[in-house]
Amino acid sequence: MTSENQSMWQELGIDLPKHEVLMNALGPIFQEVYLSQSNRPEGMGFYDFVVGDIHGIRVRELREHAKGGGKVVATYCVFVPEEIVWAAGGIPVGLCAGAQYSVPIAEEVLPRNTCALIKSSFGFKLGRICPYVQASHLIVGETTCDGKKKMFEILAEQQPVYVMEVPNKKTAAGRSLWREEVGAFRDKIEQLTGNKITADKLAEATRLVNDRRRALKRLYNLRKANPVPISGLDALLAMQVSFYDDVKRDTQMLNALCDELVKRVEAAEGVFPKDAPRIIISGSPMAIPNWKLHHLIESAGAAVVCEESCTGTRHFEKLVPETGGTVEEQLDKLAERYIDINCACFTPNEGRLDDIVRLVREYQADGVVHYNLQFCHTYANEAVQVEKRLEEEGIPLLRIETDYSDEDAGQLRTRIDAFLETLKCAAPA
Amino acid sequence: MRCAGLDVGSRTIKLVKGCGDGFESVTAHTGVRPLQRCRELLGEAAYDRLIVTGYGRMLVGAELGAATVSEIKAHAVGARSLFGDAGSVIDVGGQDCKVILLNGSGGVQKFEMNDRCAAGTGKFLEVMADTLEQPLEELGRMALSSRTEVNINSLCTVFAESEVVSLIARGEEPAAIARGLHRAIAQRIATLARRVGLRERIVFTGGGALNPCLVSMLEEKLDFRLSIADDPQTAGALGAYLLAMASEASSLQPVQA
Repeated sequence: MTSENQSMWQELGIDLPKHEVLMNALGPIFQEVYLSQSNRPEGMGFYDFVVGDIHGIRVRELREHAKGGGKVVATYCVFVPEEIVWAAGGIPVGLCAGAQYSVPIAEEVLPRNTCALIKSSFGFKLGRICPYVQASHLIVGETTCDGKKKMFEILAEQQPVYVMEVPNKKTAAGRSLWREEVGAFRDKIEQLTGNKITADKLAEATRLVNDRRRALKRLYNLRKANPVPISGLDALLAMQVSFYDDVKRDTQMLNALCDELVKRVEAAEGVFPKDAPRIIISGSPMAIPNWKLHHLIESAGAAVVCEESCTGTRHFEKLVPETGGTVEEQLDKLAERYIDINCACFTPNEGRLDDIVRLVREYQADGVVHYNLQFCHTYANEAVQVEKRLEEEGIPLLRIETDYSDEDAGQLRTRIDAFLETLKCAAPA
Repeated sequence: MRCAGLDVGSRTIKLVKGCGDGFESVTAHTGVRPLQRCRELLGEAAYDRLIVTGYGRMLVGAELGAATVSEIKAHAVGARSLFGDAGSVIDVGGQDCKVILLNGSGGVQKFEMNDRCAAGTGKFLEVMADTLEQPLEELGRMALSSRTEVNINSLCTVFAESEVVSLIARGEEPAAIARGLHRAIAQRIATLARRVGLRERIVFTGGGALNPCLVSMLEEKLDFRLSIADDPQTAGALGAYLLAMASEASSLQPVQA
């Protein structure tokens, strides 16, 4: 298998020595962060296996698909409507952008004061260390932030890139622009794949992606239990893998995991003691393998019970109405669903503040950790409003700004410990 | 009952040990082997209860089998015991700067800490003292003695150092530069303090409170008087000690270094 992987990576133009360093680094981190947890659900075995062969089996599936003339479409953002890619017989794959390893590579080109997510994703391409990027026929970017927007221009020198324009405001004009963008994306994907998207195919794809959203929703609902049956780290991993696994298999695996968790909840079995502090993380996305904050919080004794982020509730909470109709009618529904995502790229974005407060109640959280990547101006600035709103609601908040490196782990641990201590003080005796 | 509070900071380790009201404190440099230094400070004696705080609490706590508490809580408790009516705490340590707002019962209501960079911390002044060829202990006095002041634009330690180098090259007085540096750091701490919101009485703890220029400029910026104990550096260790004294007997293990 290993040598098979080696030759596949070589064919994909991977820089093998650099890639090996990355792979060798991932193993011990996964061991320390994931495998050291106790009482993990058996259903996590699938995800451990997927991470264990992270650049192997799934990449091979994508290659098989490509050999049969199929197309692979790489994305970075929950605004790109993946239903369109599935409906055209393509495979969408969410790219990794969460590794520190590729950051210094990107800094050879990009300014240092760019967020880690942008640098990491760019570094994967520049360093030729990600087989998913190498195996994709088109990278789809979006205009959710200025840094990404400009990075995509530079990335386009290396590989075909298509950028969707996400408006800044959810006004009628903004919505109509976005609807046009969704239509243009359909045209682009039809052109790339050579397949016409029919009403039936689109309805089928919508149902498939909704099924995965329903499974994720089920997983998150189970996290509302006290004691919580699954760690935040494990739920995050399942969420991260859902961005690049096959949609049908992933739905199946998520539901199998949920079946197991249902039994745990019935037996009041948890991975943290009952009434351990319950934390919601809100803010920037956590692309695989970014597990830093969850690891710090959970090793300090608190459970992360929900993520209000693009690798969290924003990815699955809203379904696309399965009302059928013509392709254009379905695209209307699709566009409406996607623009309703409460991303900090919009102004105003009060919906997100309401979401956070609602989630705190739903998940019976004791506090919120607001997480923004350093140099992510939208989330960093929006944190001011989050703080104000949560103070009005009497919800404890800790603001964390960080990146993928470990140099600030000590300071973060101090702040997290102190935050958890204040929650304990506030708890009724 | 023998108790101890150990504050393992980035630059110094502070130990407060004793039985009840009779306690003593010791301070030593952290060095590169903090665990060994802690063992030396603790000596042969066994402790019924030991609580470790500070940046090195994880390492030292795990090695000695002692409980840990965050510096934030330790400083809050320490400051309240030094000044019974303390409303907030400003702590300027080696690599951290914290501002803590206390609630009515002395617990932590809200806090802010500097992010990953060293601006506004003891480290900043340490680097600058080195560049200006002054012992750290003298820097504050020198700055206070200067009648003139140079404006420092950079708050980042790395950039400020280059700025200081170019000011030296321009022939500026070291004391005037030092004064400007203190102004910059006081501004930074004041910004952090305003984010939290201060309530009187404000207790200033940590090594930064030993610097007379920083104290005076911070008082000016905040427009508040700062209360400083005789030994402000040991406030965190004192807090840990008091928490050890107050803890349930069953919750802590006896420790021998």
